Amino acid sequence: MTTNGSVSTLPKPLWLLAELTYRCPLQCPYCSNPLDIARYQDELSTAEWVRVFREARALGAVQLGLSGGEALVRQDLEELIAAAHALGFYTNLLTSGVGMDERRIRGFKEAGLDHIQISFQASSEELNNFIAGNDSFKHKLEMARLVKHYGYPMVLCFVLHRHNTDHVEQILDLAHALQADYVELATTQYYGWAMLNRDQLFPTREQVAHAEATAHRYQEKLKGRMKTLYVVPDYYEDRPKACMKGWGAIFLTVAPDGTALPCHAAGSLPGLSFPNVRQHDLAWIWNASPDFNRFRGFEWMKEPCRTCPEQTRDFGGCRCQAYLLTGDPANADPVCSKSPHHAALQQQVQAIGETQTGAVAPLIYRNFRNSKRQMGIAAPD
Amino acid sequence: MSAPEPIISPDTVPRLSPMFRLQWEEAQGCHVLLYPEGMVKLNGPAGEILKCCDGVRSIAQIIHDLSVRFPAAPTLPDDCRQFLKTAHDNQWLRIDPA
Repeated sequence: MTTNGSVSTLPKPLWLLAELTYRCPLQCPYCSNPLDIARYQDELSTAEWVRVFREARALGAVQLGLSGGEALVRQDLEELIAAAHALGFYTNLLTSGVGMDERRIRGFKEAGLDHIQISFQASSEELNNFIAGNDSFKHKLEMARLVKHYGYPMVLCFVLHRHNTDHVEQILDLAHALQADYVELATTQYYGWAMLNRDQLFPTREQVAHAEATAHRYQEKLKGRMKTLYVVPDYYEDRPKACMKGWGAIFLTVAPDGTALPCHAAGSLPGLSFPNVRQHDLAWIWNASPDFNRFRGFEWMKEPCRTCPEQTRDFGGCRCQAYLLTGDPANADPVCSKSPHHAALQQQVQAIGETQTGAVAPLIYRNFRNSKRQMGIAAPD
Repeated sequence: MSAPEPIISPDTVPRLSPMFRLQWEEAQGCHVLLYPEGMVKLNGPAGEILKCCDGVRSIAQIIHDLSVRFPAAPTLPDDCRQFLKTAHDNQWLRIDPA
């Protein structure tokens, strides 16, 4: 590292998101996994994952997200946690709680797991199970209690959309009753499955205003006891999010088959070569691969980003959103009011808002059958 | 009624909150505090002080120990008290009564 002065200026992948599998007992219609999950059958082995962890750690990674799909499906999860812990990672298990029991919670603790985040789909059993596409609510409650019992810091994550945004008060009451240290009211991100279901999921401006006010009230009320994070859906903003804090800046995702990506949604972008950890070491992938340099820094930008004084704050927003909404991932994220595509996005948002919930198509659930259908290789019903 | 907030006094005993993990990060060249999905980089003195917050030593003992190790730092006691207050405000520390 010290022999070449330029190396020290390269960013470090502080965050490694290990998507251990795309298998999942839940079918949430806003899942952040790609639409072609059915393609990722050939999962990395235990030894391959441990090699990825070691290479990422050597590059400076310190936060490890163990995710999926449902990471609990991997029966070697305890082994993977132990290996990551021994390397010095802070280990985060991001889970639905389905597939967990007291034996595994204890085993994870012994392996050195630092933190468990459990996702809930709603604050009521009926809505939770409707969104998740399975009967999981009571089990999640039980797992949350056990997570606290074993002394883990606990984050509860609720993905918000039209069907549960009005329940933020009940959601935060539930989280507080479960002794969550931190609640993430995650706004649905409209890529992949969520984009497919966008018209059924996107909340109204009134819903968002109410949820935001409620979240702020609880932030004050429970200050010092429970932290609440709430972010307004970016379609309602006029400046884009600093997506991934910049491309190839701090985030590195490895998909179940070893594909390395600067963000978990980037697999949908055109023109990428998708380097795989089975063919390349992570140092080459992070530092030198065309994919990780494609939108790194500011050189790739077009107007209005190229000369925009705010480029260092938001990095032009999200490449995936730019591609999905404008057809070119190098365009400004159209959430930005300086984008020539901003007016068109606002018209779309207004049109969705005028849609009656009952009049739109049913939700398309995230599962392998629907994935194959999206990939055009599905058997008929 | 909840108990009154413990006051930071020389006799009280600080320890790192179970929400945080303190470690040296070679890649960052500094001590860091790790917590769910996040990291705080600490400067040299902050790292040294937090390392002393072991749930055994009182604040007076910590200041004494650090003064012995860093005799050339005359403002160390004040700096130390001020940082401990900041760390407590940030909920990095639990402070047990004397």
